[in-house]
Amino acid sequence: MSVFIIRRLMQSVLVIAIMGALVFFAVNVVGDPVDMLVNPEADQAEVERVLHALGLDRPLHEQFWFFVKNALRGDMGDSFIFGEPALKLIVQRIPATFELAVAALIMAVVVGIPCGVYAGLKPEARTSKAIMAGSILGFSLPTFWVGLMMIMVFAVMLGWLPSTGRGDTVQVMGIEVSFLTLDGLSHLVMPALNLALFKMSLVVRLARAGTREIVHQDYIKFARAKGVSEGRIILVHLMKNILIPVVTVLGLEFGNLIAFSVVTETVFAWPGMGKLIIDAINNLDRPIVVAYLMITVILFVTINLVVDIIYSLLDPRVRLGDLKR
Amino acid sequence: MSEAARQPAQVPAVAAADKVRVETPFRRFVGDFFDSKVAAGAFAVLAVIIFIALFAPWISPTNPYDLATVDVMDSRLPPGAESFTGTTFWLGTDGAGRDLLSAMFYGIRTSLGVGVSSAAIALVIGCCIGLIAAYSGGRVDTLIMRVVDIQLSFPAILVALVLLAILGKGVDKIIIALVLVQWAYYARTMRGTALVERSKEYVEAATCLALGRNRIIFRHLLPNCISPLIVVGTIQAAHAIALEATLSFLGIGLPITEPSLGLLIANGFEYMLSEKYWISFFPGLALLVMIVSINLVGDQLRDVLNPRLQK
Amino acid sequence: MTAAGAAAPPTLAVEGLSTHFFTKAGVVRAVEDVSFTVDKGEVLGLVGESGSGKTVTGFSVLGLVDHPGRTVAGRILFRGEDLLAKSAAQWQQIRGSRIAMIFQDPMMTLNPVLRIDTQMIEAVQAHEKVSREEARQRARDALAQVGIPAAEERLKAYPHQFSGGMRQRVAIAIALINKPDLIIADEPTTALDVTIQAQILFEVQELCRKTGTALIWITHDLTVVAGLADKICVMYAGKIVEAGPIDGVLDHPAHPYSLGLIGSVPSRNKRGVPLAQIPGTTPSLLNLPPGCAFRDRCASAGEACGQEPDITLPLPDRPVRCHYPHAGTAP
Repeated sequence: MSVFIIRRLMQSVLVIAIMGALVFFAVNVVGDPVDMLVNPEADQAEVERVLHALGLDRPLHEQFWFFVKNALRGDMGDSFIFGEPALKLIVQRIPATFELAVAALIMAVVVGIPCGVYAGLKPEARTSKAIMAGSILGFSLPTFWVGLMMIMVFAVMLGWLPSTGRGDTVQVMGIEVSFLTLDGLSHLVMPALNLALFKMSLVVRLARAGTREIVHQDYIKFARAKGVSEGRIILVHLMKNILIPVVTVLGLEFGNLIAFSVVTETVFAWPGMGKLIIDAINNLDRPIVVAYLMITVILFVTINLVVDIIYSLLDPRVRLGDLKR
Repeated sequence: MSEAARQPAQVPAVAAADKVRVETPFRRFVGDFFDSKVAAGAFAVLAVIIFIALFAPWISPTNPYDLATVDVMDSRLPPGAESFTGTTFWLGTDGAGRDLLSAMFYGIRTSLGVGVSSAAIALVIGCCIGLIAAYSGGRVDTLIMRVVDIQLSFPAILVALVLLAILGKGVDKIIIALVLVQWAYYARTMRGTALVERSKEYVEAATCLALGRNRIIFRHLLPNCISPLIVVGTIQAAHAIALEATLSFLGIGLPITEPSLGLLIANGFEYMLSEKYWISFFPGLALLVMIVSINLVGDQLRDVLNPRLQK
Repeated sequence: MTAAGAAAPPTLAVEGLSTHFFTKAGVVRAVEDVSFTVDKGEVLGLVGESGSGKTVTGFSVLGLVDHPGRTVAGRILFRGEDLLAKSAAQWQQIRGSRIAMIFQDPMMTLNPVLRIDTQMIEAVQAHEKVSREEARQRARDALAQVGIPAAEERLKAYPHQFSGGMRQRVAIAIALINKPDLIIADEPTTALDVTIQAQILFEVQELCRKTGTALIWITHDLTVVAGLADKICVMYAGKIVEAGPIDGVLDHPAHPYSLGLIGSVPSRNKRGVPLAQIPGTTPSLLNLPPGCAFRDRCASAGEACGQEPDITLPLPDRPVRCHYPHAGTAP
């Protein structure tokens, strides 16, 4: 087990290092930094001054070395727009994005699993067919458009929910969260649902496929033969088997949620890091782009690592094979 | 449902064979495909969309990018309204006074064009790389599959975001980005299928006949790998269209001069809060119909082409 | 197969049971007009080829026939009470406590992600309000009863840590845990090694003798039934074609199918002589044509076989469903 973890850890570090190099060279070599950084009306002296100040007149390998040294110290440069450290700007925005992603994940599971299990238990029922049609729609609906339509219906026409922003927040252990205030919660519902829609469809499909496979297993019938109630069969025998693939996939999908929050945050003006990166790309704010990419790479590699470990813990067949002496 | 539902379809097929009309695999495939009414409907809708995309300049009521005909006075008219010159705007007009229906026809043309061409290019590139991996084996294979795995562990939208941040806007840029996002799926499918097919007897037989390697690959192996690639290709084309729309909506995809459906939706965003819903609603609906029909066709293709599901 | 004497009703009396599957392709008459009784402490062997309806008969008695199957006719009298008239909840209370079942494949009957103790304790707690500790104690006893040592340690294990034979013992222990009146064993030894098969057969026989539990042993293997059962029912294409005391049927089969079945068992006495076999294969139960289902494979088939044969009693206690029962029935 520990050998497995160490090997995966080393792989992860390698991936982060390679990605870091790729990001650096991609941003610094492909794009022309002068266009991005210097006012087009500036004269030659001004251009050289800026280049020198940012170390861009030095050879590339020196720049890279400089980048690596600073990155290891957590310094990704200052934002051109805000004039503050890029890393700090992003880290400030992380809680908002995480709150959104976690809320979406919870929605996807809470709605998706019961719907999927139901559709799997009664595949012929009309409700099940509606659920499955809904999940096909959920897969196909463009997230951003659904977000717009939600704003249109619930904020503009019905006026039930606020259309943008985070609402009132409270501090919990130094982190701003929305879900603990009523106003914040009302701001959270729509973006979270919007972000959750795709995952919900995914969970429905996974849960349905799992249910359909498992209800025909002998051990379910054996449980019935024992006289175990239908409720316990579904909640214990069925659920525990379904949860393994669902948790694995959802774990991997959490990273995906964070990436997709870029879209939802733009639609709902949710002040997370997704909105920051889109603004940064449009404003050519390179340090923020680089810092965002490095943070997401690290995040993804960590998530993959954690999911691998959790998976091996969840399935006794995998776990005990490794653990027991 | 597969077996029971297919039963009636196969009976006429056999009857047809009696009438000396030999049942080719293609004919059986077509028969199986249209077995599902939903899939047949989706196919019909898709055919209409493709028609619109191909002939947009000729069937659009007006040319939305001909500045001479567009009048700002007509901007933001609701669906069904008439302009001062008497043209009816069936779906209303956008912020610049363009006929929304015409703009959508052109948008469909751009969206479908970008999606399909990027999927096609990615297919060719991904297949070549997958074939190289399958045929070289060893370190080359390991290295290629490692790259594929790592790329696939990152969400497509993130990769596309990075690429567009570096490349900038433009039709060519977004196609490059979409190709780079998608090639790995094809490479993985191709390698997997090629490895399975290569170990089959007909390839061994061809090798025993001392046929050239290229001949074996292109005449024997590739035709047998086509069905999974078609399925992946269809689904990926739908993904590409959705991704392009999303990126254009975010303002980092296509330039304003080449508006796709995503950009049309983004244009309507600002009018949304004043209840002028149609500018965003109709292009989104078109996008949705396009993606759903492609996905449904893809689902049916997978069911029909997947030999494991055929009994 | 008439109803038992007036004194006490038999543990189980099945009368005219029919279970059909309503598939899209048509109706599958998996079990048709099946009747038999099992008394306290008695072992009934239900014999037939795969697809003859013996497993479905077992599931019908427990009310566990899966969709699209349904029991369409007959009565299932458990100690005189018709189970088909009971509500779903009442039947559930009988399952596992009064009637238990052991399945064919021990690798599939235990839930792979639940520990053995969870799966045993729930079987107790589904029927009785007892504490977890009490239920656990019973699980321990049941495991000891089927010869599993170190019960406490075994309870904490997961199914995949057990061998096939051990898992089947656990399944048997679960069936025994509530001391049922009737156990339905569906080929429980088929998937096991021959030596383990013999051990389990012996143990089950012992347990039934001791506790007076009635047993229905479903199998395709006549040799297993020969040493175990008191009486036997031979099933073919969903119907019982012959029934009677074990020795009578095995020594003097009346139905041509039983005769063929017995003839195809390898034996040391017939070394060198080619094994008899029944020509052809079992017919599909889907839209079965009228008449005797066995007639296409039967050596003694005649004109009358186009008609469905009725049950006749060439000997008392020996119902046979054939127009031309075998002549050698006389003892």
